Amino acid sequence: MSGQAVINVKNLSVGYGDYVLLRDANYQVNKGDVFIIMGGSGCGKSSMLRVLTGLIPPLKGDVEISGVNIATAPDKDIQKIREKSGILYQSGALFSSMTLAENIMLPLQQYSDYSASTIREIASLKLALVGLKGFDDFYPSEISGGMKKRAGLARALALDPDIVYFDEPSAGLDPISSHNLDELILEINRSLGTTIVVVTHELSSIFTIGSNSIFLDAQSKTIMARGNPKELLKNPPNETVYEFLTRGEKK
Amino acid sequence: MHKNLTANPIDIMQKEGTIYVVPQGSVLHYDSQNDLRKIEGYTSGDVKQITFLPDNLQQWDSSLVLLVFMVKQMAQAKNISVNLEKMPQNLRDLVDMAFAVDRKPEHKSNNRGGILEQVGKQTSNIFSAFTNALNFFGAVFVGLGRLLSFRSVMRYIDFCSALDDCGPKALAIVSLISFLVGLILAFVGVVQLQTFGAQIYVASLVTIGMCRIMGAIMVGIIMAGRTGSSYAATIGTMQVNEELDALQTMGFSQIDFLVMPRLLALVLAMPILTMLADFMGMVGGAFVGVFMIGLPYQEYWKYAFDAFRLNNFLVGIFHGFCFGIIIALCGCYCGLTCGRDADSVGVATTRSVVRSVVWMIVITGIITVVCQEIGI
Ligand SMILES: Nc1ncnc2c1ncn2[C@@H]1O[C@H](COP(=O)(O)OP(=O)(O)OP(=O)(O)O)[C@@H](O)[C@H]1O
Ligand SMILES: [Mg+2]
Repeated sequence: MSGQAVINVKNLSVGYGDYVLLRDANYQVNKGDVFIIMGGSGCGKSSMLRVLTGLIPPLKGDVEISGVNIATAPDKDIQKIREKSGILYQSGALFSSMTLAENIMLPLQQYSDYSASTIREIASLKLALVGLKGFDDFYPSEISGGMKKRAGLARALALDPDIVYFDEPSAGLDPISSHNLDELILEINRSLGTTIVVVTHELSSIFTIGSNSIFLDAQSKTIMARGNPKELLKNPPNETVYEFLTRGEKK
Repeated sequence: MHKNLTANPIDIMQKEGTIYVVPQGSVLHYDSQNDLRKIEGYTSGDVKQITFLPDNLQQWDSSLVLLVFMVKQMAQAKNISVNLEKMPQNLRDLVDMAFAVDRKPEHKSNNRGGILEQVGKQTSNIFSAFTNALNFFGAVFVGLGRLLSFRSVMRYIDFCSALDDCGPKALAIVSLISFLVGLILAFVGVVQLQTFGAQIYVASLVTIGMCRIMGAIMVGIIMAGRTGSSYAATIGTMQVNEELDALQTMGFSQIDFLVMPRLLALVLAMPILTMLADFMGMVGGAFVGVFMIGLPYQEYWKYAFDAFRLNNFLVGIFHGFCFGIIIALCGCYCGLTCGRDADSVGVATTRSVVRSVVWMIVITGIITVVCQEIGI
């Protein structure tokens, strides 16, 4: 097979306390993939992302990222992995007491050896990359929702991560902005070789950017389908997946 | 056949095992409860089917849809079939939509369990809250260690803005309140002292009262309401906005980043504010003593300074210092453990103030007993 697995999920159960959302999931994300986690509302996509990023512990099973098991690894290794992954939250999650540039400089100051002036330059560059040239000294409250999202992406990219996670990148964006964000994601994936994990139910995004995917189903609590989204549309394994991918057309 | 519009727009009759429901004319704003009960009454007999037979139905709204929906629900439970063929297509679609629930919620832990289970749950909640608080305490100590060894990620600018907020910006309110408290203390005291002509000792009373404890307590309560609650609200909102998640996944210590600057600022500011409060309280006392009961100005301050003991003053300052720690920790802890919705921010804010005040009283008690023992 091409590419090696960056994320390796084995027998993973996701949920809260005794409320199980997903049972015994197995999947891999290969290097350079744009990996889509899709499924109906409330099926546990965001929860899956929380498990992958170590915000909540798995109920059962293992998550290995770059060969490190995030449930059992020592803090030092987890730290390494965190430095090598960027996350774009649904709301952008910019720190409201800092300017955009400061938001991006923060991880750089902490984890890199660049000089202060270089860090400033890198921050400006990352902002320019996401189309926010010159917004360095704006506060998050002074820019629009779509801009916040792009600024959040710039921060996620600050340390040139190996993996970037997105939670609903196009939620709350107009069609053009959301298309531009998709383009941006693809561009980053192509030019930097970044592995990308996207949680979304935006169909156009799924087909434009996804190279691989899993489809979570709330009723059976399983991964109901997997593979390239376009292939899935051609050969849907069942009615539910087909309906999802065609916006509710029945077969 | 002419129907009066104010009459019931729906006729119901039963014939040979079938109930006929006949909506006619316009069915608007119609209360279906009576008819529903009527239909339900008919079903107690041997009924196989309920048929809706519209008669010249022209206008209808959700109230008719509701009737159909309820009838269908009841019929399903009793294994009676419902015939809607004659009803308008769009009404049937609406009813179908209402029945097309794709998934039922499966977990709803409203089921509280028996009394024993509740007691067990509460006990384990208390226990885990206790260990969480201890963990937090430990983490703060470790954070302090990092700070002292210059490995903390605390931002100097955060510290400065926190200090600005709980220092200079609190001066006015602290001055005003402690002036008034000094005033009240003097007023209440002087009434008693006057009965045996010892009103000059009001100066001693106010001085000792303010310096030893009242100054610190007033500052503590003001700062718990003003600063502790704002800590909880700010950090709680960061939780709602996923900023805390972002910090955590970026590998930053929330303690270094959020708690330390606030803790240090408050611990630094509180003793100073306490000194201010002591002084303003004495001024308040003098105001009563000199202007209201006409004690000579010099006399008043002489008695006031005679009553001033460094011990008392330092105990007061120490109270302020402890209160600073309590308020900052309660505020930050409640913020960090806040839920993810707007309501939880409110709860966290309230909780931070209540906990601060409770712990301040507890600590005051402890300090008082200890001071008693060692004779200060
Ligand atoms: N902190 C929590 N504690 C308990 N249950 C939770 C918690 N967070 C989410 N859930 C439950 O988990 C389920 C899945 O939530 P999740 O946010 O993962 O869904 P999702 O697939 O991201 O949905 P959407 O597409 O609507 O964002 C929901 O039914 C929700 O009730
Ligand atoms: Mg979600």
